[in-house]
Amino acid sequence: MRKNWIVVPALMILLLLPALSVAQGVDEILTPAAEEQLEEPDSWLDTPGAVTVRDKENDAGDKLVVSFELPADTEGIFAYNVYRRFAGEVGEDTWSLIEVIPAGEPTEFIDGYDPEFPVEPGVLYEYRVASATVDGEEFFGPIFEADTVSAGEIYHTGKTRVLIAAGMFIFLIFYYFGKAQRGAKMYLRPIAGIEAIDEAIGRATEMGKPILYVPGLSSIADVATIASLTILGRVAKKIAQYQTPLIVPNRDPIVYTVAEEVVKQAYLEAGRPDAYDPDSVFFLTTSQFAFVAGVNGMMMREKPATNFYLGMFWAESLLLAETGSLSGAIQIAGTDAVTQLPFFITTCDYTLIGEELYAASAYLGREPKQIGALKGQDACKAIIMTFITAALIFGIIDVVANTHILDWLRDLVTSPIIE
Amino acid sequence: MKRTVPLMIVMVGGILMILQYFIPHQISQTVLAYYTDWTPIILAFALILGVGSLTRIHSHKIRRKSKNWQYSWAVLIPLYLMPVLAHIWPQSLGGGMDSPSIFHFTFMHVQVSIQATMFSLLAFYIASAAFRAFRAKSALATLLLLAAVVVMLGQVPIGALLGKWLPETGLWILRYPNLAAKRAIMLGVGFGMLATNLKIIFGVERNWLGGAGK
Repeated sequence: MRKNWIVVPALMILLLLPALSVAQGVDEILTPAAEEQLEEPDSWLDTPGAVTVRDKENDAGDKLVVSFELPADTEGIFAYNVYRRFAGEVGEDTWSLIEVIPAGEPTEFIDGYDPEFPVEPGVLYEYRVASATVDGEEFFGPIFEADTVSAGEIYHTGKTRVLIAAGMFIFLIFYYFGKAQRGAKMYLRPIAGIEAIDEAIGRATEMGKPILYVPGLSSIADVATIASLTILGRVAKKIAQYQTPLIVPNRDPIVYTVAEEVVKQAYLEAGRPDAYDPDSVFFLTTSQFAFVAGVNGMMMREKPATNFYLGMFWAESLLLAETGSLSGAIQIAGTDAVTQLPFFITTCDYTLIGEELYAASAYLGREPKQIGALKGQDACKAIIMTFITAALIFGIIDVVANTHILDWLRDLVTSPIIE
Repeated sequence: MKRTVPLMIVMVGGILMILQYFIPHQISQTVLAYYTDWTPIILAFALILGVGSLTRIHSHKIRRKSKNWQYSWAVLIPLYLMPVLAHIWPQSLGGGMDSPSIFHFTFMHVQVSIQATMFSLLAFYIASAAFRAFRAKSALATLLLLAAVVVMLGQVPIGALLGKWLPETGLWILRYPNLAAKRAIMLGVGFGMLATNLKIIFGVERNWLGGAGK
């Protein structure tokens, strides 16, 4: 009985205690448990959904297009960390972090651009994506095995238009090659700079001064350098006939070796191998401004009567041409560097602009095939001009008649620069 | 044989490179990498020939006491001194800006300074070239001068102060007439390159072969 008497008030106290503690704001006794229950949902981030993997088209088989589904609740997510490992691997240390995508950014990316984590062709991978907090805490989603492997293609479908255009231009050039070889007469527009070459060589001969020929500062891989070397061969042949001294400084060691052979052969063809000076073609330095200093020094000391600057030039173009102008030489320049053309036009007597540099060899040689190639180039330009004129007309029609013909033409002939 | 083998190498290599552009497959990329790997190897050997050529010419000049032969020492001494400092005496590569070694000191305080001097000359040369270009001798030259004045004033803050039309007109000149002319040149250059490459690949142009070309 005594026992029962104690139980009843004890139960009542226990029941009243929480009510009292809430009512009085004294919740210290229950606080730790209550806080845990309230904060637990906030500290957990929702994780991303399914990861989809597909092979990237038109690549070497070293890229995969990966995308993942966003979590239902993106609250508190700072970024998504994408991990990858070989399929079948086990253990946490097998995962590699391959991409960090900030929240709000597109969830599709190309895997394989990072050289540290290359994608191997034909290899199956597993992916998992983690939601990351601003503090770097990660909440991982499920692991997905890619249902495809990367494979290389044998034809780039995005380059079909380039292939058609290249095929067409190659055909035209060969067509005119053949036409020229069959003896068809072809008109060549006179180019003042090329016609002045003979005059410039003659002037140097009369003055008894050397001729300076700079074949540009670029490497042999540059088409402008190759064009310059072909011109050098023809110029050197004329120089050999007149027995005028020639100076050919080179910046690139490979260009030097080719230039030396070209000049040697030109003297041989001119029937004056004895007049060839092995010191006339030489390597100077690979340093851009040291080369300029060396050539400018030669101009001021040797005072060449004629300076040729044909090939690829950069900032040194004006330094060379202005010094040549001060030394009183007749100067003929030619480059395909659009930014350097104004400097040459200002300071040189004659300038071969852009394609004229490539045409010079054909003009000097007058061989049928060379002239045919020039005509082929002109035909290619005519096609481009037709497209430009059509675009102009279609643009006007679009404005007047509110049509979209220009877009159709643009889609027909252009390819996206960036895939 | 002397002519056919190089021409065949060029033709096969050239056609392979054209095809490679349209084939993204890994085999194609490997071929490209293999070809391009050759470039530094050839360059390294050509550099030996180049340095040999420079040494030969200047040693001839010194031996013959040719005109201005003293300058040849200024070429030969640094040409051999710098590699000696860098490779034979590697301690000279140490140090930094605070306590420079001999190599470092020579590079930073001689070579870099001389190159900077050459480059800075460009500012004065541009001024003199601009003066020559912008002389209003004819109607076209006057037009060029006016366009240049508008573009230059449009690029500096004072241009906007003089009138809002100045930067706008300057930008219009750059964006339309100037860009159209640039693109026309670049288009011609593109076709010129294509034709030159085809001429070389198919052996129409052989001057670059030198002695083997005939």
